[in-house]
Amino acid sequence: MSGAEVVIVGGGVTGLSAGWWLARSGVKVTVVDKGIVGWEASGRNGGGASHYQSPLFEEEHRLWPQMDELLGYPTEHRKERIIIAMSERQWEQYRFVAERHRRLGHPVEVLDVKQVQDAVPLAGDNCFGGVHYRFGGHANPQRTVQAYAWALQDLGGTIVQHNAVTGFETASGKVTAVKTGAASYGCDSVVVAAGPQTAALMAQLGIAVPLANARAEMIITEPAPMMPIGGVDGHKLYGRQTMRGNLAYGGGPHEWIDVDATGPVARPSTPLMRNLASRLAELLPKAAHLNVIRSWAGVIENSPDGRPIIDRLTSPDNVVVASMSGVGFGLSPASGHAIRDLVLDGTCSFSDIGILGLSRFANLEPDWREKRGWMPIS
Amino acid sequence: MELNFAGTDLCAINGTRSAPDARYDVVVVGAGCSGTAAAIAAATAGSSVLLVDENPVSGALMGNDVPLYFGGRMTAATQNSERMLEAIFMSAPALEQAMEAGVEVLLGTSAWGVYRNGPGVSSLPEQVVGLADASRSWLVGFERIVLATGARDLALAFPGWNQPGVMGAAALRMLLTRYDAFAGRRVLVLGSHDLALESALLAHDRGLKVAGLVEVRDAPQGSADLVAQVAAAGIAIHCGQTIALAKGGIEGVEAATLSSGEVILCDTICMAVGLVPSIELVDAMHGPRTLIATRGGYIPAGEETVSAVGSCAGLADTGFDHIAYRMDWVRALSDVSADDTIVCQCEEVTRADLLGVQPPNYLARPAPMCARSLETLLVDGPANPDQIKRLTRAGMGVCQGRRCRDQVAMLLAIAADRPFGTIPLATHRAPVRPIPLKIMADWHESEAMSAAWDVWFGIPTQWVPVEDIGTPHEDEHRAMLYTGMYE
Repeated sequence: MSGAEVVIVGGGVTGLSAGWWLARSGVKVTVVDKGIVGWEASGRNGGGASHYQSPLFEEEHRLWPQMDELLGYPTEHRKERIIIAMSERQWEQYRFVAERHRRLGHPVEVLDVKQVQDAVPLAGDNCFGGVHYRFGGHANPQRTVQAYAWALQDLGGTIVQHNAVTGFETASGKVTAVKTGAASYGCDSVVVAAGPQTAALMAQLGIAVPLANARAEMIITEPAPMMPIGGVDGHKLYGRQTMRGNLAYGGGPHEWIDVDATGPVARPSTPLMRNLASRLAELLPKAAHLNVIRSWAGVIENSPDGRPIIDRLTSPDNVVVASMSGVGFGLSPASGHAIRDLVLDGTCSFSDIGILGLSRFANLEPDWREKRGWMPIS
Repeated sequence: MELNFAGTDLCAINGTRSAPDARYDVVVVGAGCSGTAAAIAAATAGSSVLLVDENPVSGALMGNDVPLYFGGRMTAATQNSERMLEAIFMSAPALEQAMEAGVEVLLGTSAWGVYRNGPGVSSLPEQVVGLADASRSWLVGFERIVLATGARDLALAFPGWNQPGVMGAAALRMLLTRYDAFAGRRVLVLGSHDLALESALLAHDRGLKVAGLVEVRDAPQGSADLVAQVAAAGIAIHCGQTIALAKGGIEGVEAATLSSGEVILCDTICMAVGLVPSIELVDAMHGPRTLIATRGGYIPAGEETVSAVGSCAGLADTGFDHIAYRMDWVRALSDVSADDTIVCQCEEVTRADLLGVQPPNYLARPAPMCARSLETLLVDGPANPDQIKRLTRAGMGVCQGRRCRDQVAMLLAIAADRPFGTIPLATHRAPVRPIPLKIMADWHESEAMSAAWDVWFGIPTQWVPVEDIGTPHEDEHRAMLYTGMYE
């Protein structure tokens, strides 16, 4: 059995970035996906890249401005964000967050109403103020996932699409091959970054990965006049203005759902679109006349504490698992780097990511989903 | 920080949605002949019935070629919504009959989404259809919905097609027979199947000059009777020809150059190569549909709760292979068009960039990007219009892909050398009509919805900065941002 040295299960943004980082290190990589790269949550999200809570944040912040050049393909990355408060309570919360950023050394400015209107031409005088993050940013998820895939191929890596991984072959405490319905891919190491399917696949290796799946929705408008900073959100919405000008925004209640071992069957959007529309019309009143032209939904897997899981197993000891709990897109430049380090060196070179290890769930109660109310509607 | 979970996720959708604003036994979408007849039949059988029709559509929507390919050839009268409302009502005598039968009729009201529980969603209190008029959107519950949404225009690119005066046959018929608001005077018709022949005869009957028909195949394609009527009207059919160029000025089209080099003066070029059943409501709700070449394309598979009537359920089957015919047109038009011919008007995507899977012009194209194409993408897997859309933006504009969805699929089939039926149908998404944010908005949402609303999942540990975990700042964070969510 010859084959790739590293097989990556899942052609989402995390698996693709990991594959790209490994290929950059001269490793032979094969990424296997059930469908088309980036087709699930990786390609259908808010595009945010400002995850200051994460041990991967500094690397995320360092890498994004370089990604177009490093990949060789456009990602539409744009720097900075402005968060606008539309109520007294939001204003209190956002200033609290700004203060926290100052304490942590992240550059922020608090904006009054006039300053918000100057910086955000689509904003109105109905806001309470804003916070300008002079860090982080956003990018185009769909363009970026394809950029990773292409860049990986340019480095000699292989993308196998429309080929769902069904299981593993193991010997002497290692995974020796990754199996699909059509083929078997021999490997020295495996990365499992299979989104909602991660738990079922890892269970085959005897590893419990506690994950619960939910559906979230977004809306998109026709193009608006370009704002100087596209990363404008707040009012309990997340989103961005695309470089074409469209406003793409999400937020609000999620729905916990069951997902088949083979992945989501459907990703339906719902009339929640109307609640997103009212908030967006309030956030950016000068865009309220613009047409909503699409809505969509995606399926997100969450860990019990909502933080990502990035870990290398002790047995089998050649497996790295990654599940990003809804922040995978923005963190992808850094998560791929961390996964590369775990695969090749056994430890992350640029940050202590122990908090992302599976061992934190060692004493997790069996009914953790019920206790959190993270159960599908029966 | 110890968290005590209460067994309920207060940020989940459960129980937050409002009940619909109204309920009917039967909702019929589209007040053409078939829809109105279905509404009258249901009302006569004792059902409560709501019949909605988006006409008259606003001048702004018409300008975006929604829902039909109006091509800017509507008169200024279409800006007068009251006058258009009257014209639409007067053009359909059956509407009065429907009202007498007890049907509630709402004109100027579009249906933008049909929703029900199924795979991936269980949170809807009941099945609903989303409606919108010029002032608001709302939800209506139903036992049964009948889609009588008709068929929309098939648009095909050629040099100069992206200017006023190039329009579709369904739009021409709508403007002539229902709005009485067609602005053209001299019409060249593309195609010679029944649709094209009927369009020419209609225009002729309404006193317009028909400058001729253009047929890509070697002989007229429609019924002998219609061909004879067209001949009797003195209208020429230019067979074995295609259109190579539409020339125009500030008012749009002024003349067409055929592939033979012949120049034909006209102010309107009516594309009558085909109609596409308007299945977007069915497709956006993941309803079953099937491709039938003799019925004009994808049609709803049909079911008791969501049924289709009229041309939405498929064009009349005369045995004519519409798909093969359209493919002949696309091939011929591609042969006479330069690579830089625009295919997606909204996003200004050329055929070269579509088949080169290149990004829009506001993005850089470094060398690796330039080396990519549909050909390299096909090595990874079959052509998928949604993937091409994401990369090129073709179909992502305000017309919601009405003008390019079909031709993009055909161009991909030709470039990939695969049968048309192997190319997946590009996804339709709600709202299936462009609806302004302020109209779409639910300005009276439930208190439960407001209470549950968080920017993301509301998981109290998710956004605590790693530096703060295990410090007093962690509790401050939870108190400020997650008060009340968990015990």
